[in-house]
Amino acid sequence: MSSIFLTKAYSAGNKTELLTIDWSFKGFFGKFDRGSLQRGYQVYTEVCASCHSMKYLSYRNLAEEGGPEFTKEQAKAIASNFEVEDGPNSDGEMFTRPAKLSDKFVLPYANVEEAKVSNGGAYPPDMSVLVKARSGGADYIYSVLLGYEDPPEGMILDDGVYYNKYMYGNKIKMPKQLYDDLVTYNDGTLATPEQMAKDVVTFMAWSAEPHLEARHKIGFRALIYLFIITILVYFSMKKIWSRVESEV
Amino acid sequence: MSDHNYVPTSKLGKWFNDRLPLLTLADHLKEYPTPKNLNYWWTFGGILTFCLMTQIITGIVLGMHYIAHVDLAFDSVEHIMRDVNYGWLIRYVHANGASMFFLAVYIHIFRSLYYGSYKSPREVIWIIGMIIYLLMMMTAFMGYVLPWGQMSFWGATVITNLFSAVPFFGEGITNWLWGGYSVDNPTLTRFFSLHYLLPFLILGLVVLHIWALHVPGNNNPIGIDLKKPSKDTVPFHPYIVIKDLFALLLFLIVFAFFVFYSPNILGHSDNYIEANPLVTPAHIVPEWYLLPFYAILRSVPDKLLGVIAMFASIFILVILPWLDTSKIRSAIFRPIYKQLYWILVLDVLILGYMGAMPAEGTYLLIARAATAYYFIHFLVILPLLGKREKTLAVPLSITEPVLGGSPNPQMVKKRELG
Repeated sequence: MSSIFLTKAYSAGNKTELLTIDWSFKGFFGKFDRGSLQRGYQVYTEVCASCHSMKYLSYRNLAEEGGPEFTKEQAKAIASNFEVEDGPNSDGEMFTRPAKLSDKFVLPYANVEEAKVSNGGAYPPDMSVLVKARSGGADYIYSVLLGYEDPPEGMILDDGVYYNKYMYGNKIKMPKQLYDDLVTYNDGTLATPEQMAKDVVTFMAWSAEPHLEARHKIGFRALIYLFIITILVYFSMKKIWSRVESEV
Repeated sequence: MSDHNYVPTSKLGKWFNDRLPLLTLADHLKEYPTPKNLNYWWTFGGILTFCLMTQIITGIVLGMHYIAHVDLAFDSVEHIMRDVNYGWLIRYVHANGASMFFLAVYIHIFRSLYYGSYKSPREVIWIIGMIIYLLMMMTAFMGYVLPWGQMSFWGATVITNLFSAVPFFGEGITNWLWGGYSVDNPTLTRFFSLHYLLPFLILGLVVLHIWALHVPGNNNPIGIDLKKPSKDTVPFHPYIVIKDLFALLLFLIVFAFFVFYSPNILGHSDNYIEANPLVTPAHIVPEWYLLPFYAILRSVPDKLLGVIAMFASIFILVILPWLDTSKIRSAIFRPIYKQLYWILVLDVLILGYMGAMPAEGTYLLIARAATAYYFIHFLVILPLLGKREKTLAVPLSITEPVLGGSPNPQMVKKRELG
């Protein structure tokens, strides 16, 4: 421990260029693609949720402004598909009931140890803030989801370890997940791996930054306000300083 | 203070002012004679005051929602980001505000270095400023620990471990800092307590910093002593107030751009992973504003000497008024110092870059050379240069740029007396 700061080796990651797409939420006026968010939730819940938690999301978030914006009824219906433990009731007993809007997303495992033993010793990370927790952000996760390849010649992989072109260190314990028509989208969008990756990453980007749309909107107004007041103050300053001959 | 004779116009004002002369103070601040040739590098004092107040106000609100506990800290920050009304805005202003604060303080310090503002009779202003800077670094470091992400935890581990280099007492000191045998809950709670306390000490020191400034008055770009008030000065209000406001607004545009459009660009993505004592991040780096010192620390092969070098790099700034032997303040009239100044700026930028790079190979060599040059600049070059440098003629006043005047009458007088 004492020499961490002297000896910490820099594990130079591979310099593979990440796949990138034109995310709708980037840029000054960036907003989430509502359809993509709803499809992304579907991919999450049908594919990812059996291993990955999203512990900071509540079902109510699905109906909130700036998110997937399911109707309140839809969100309630989604929630009611899940069972949560509640209680104790007046008899001192714990009981299960269907989830409500105010409940957090149900976790796939009871604890970290159970998650590990079910996944070959690897802990499937919580996905709520994952986009912000990886350098490369949305592009990185999109790339990893699509980056499964045969290992290069000579590379021996242990059982339950897979080769991924973009993963840090190129080894990943999550098998390839996205195959054509893995899910059936209600809106008729073709469920290609690229489409599903884009949708689920959009959903994750929203869950990592649920107030992104408000931030962009308020930010734009704040900047306009600042520009105007700066110009006004500039001319006031010129006027005031014109009384002394010095330049400002 | 030149305005002791202020008499309030109203009867009540006079009654109150006789008992507590707040109105006299307000009048002094309003009339305070300021050199009229101050450029925009002089606006950062006001900007820094704004930064401190912003950090205190947003910090107090965050403190209402944050929970200093290893099991809850990370969750409580996410709670602020998601469920607290405008919590995301308050937190992003606070987090980016720290970076903005340091950006401004570095400009402020380097302005002082260029124009010799640390020299007689302003040594005390400078030393108080250096204490503020040291407290700022401590405050920022402890603040970065509070979200309890991976960089929080491992940064805290690395920095607190520095004290284990102290001979004999090292382990005792580190355990005392931690409140245990590793960075854990007691460490987090005391860091929160101190992170809340230190800004108020900084605020008190800022008052002293400004008070000490108002005794000799501002330095100015040509670095000469001025008669005050005179044709060379303007009253603080409205001239300096409006100019500081304009500069602050430009600064706020940059600030807002970070907060609203790249709020996480100055942070490290690993800090969105909850702290895990069993998993060491591949590459532990401090926040950008501490990187030059981190580079100095790592460029010395011995741990204890590295720690000493890091603290010495700050301490030599404290004694800078006595290291720089030149009687001329402003670099404008010091042709050689002017060039060495820019080399120092470059040197510190190189140190910062090397602090972010792995300490190995060429990076380490460059970091070592830059560290050596940093100390040589202050300990060798400045003392010698002041005695040898052929300086340019200095004007007598701002309005009448007559050449050949005495550069710094007060210091010359002192020399004659001594």
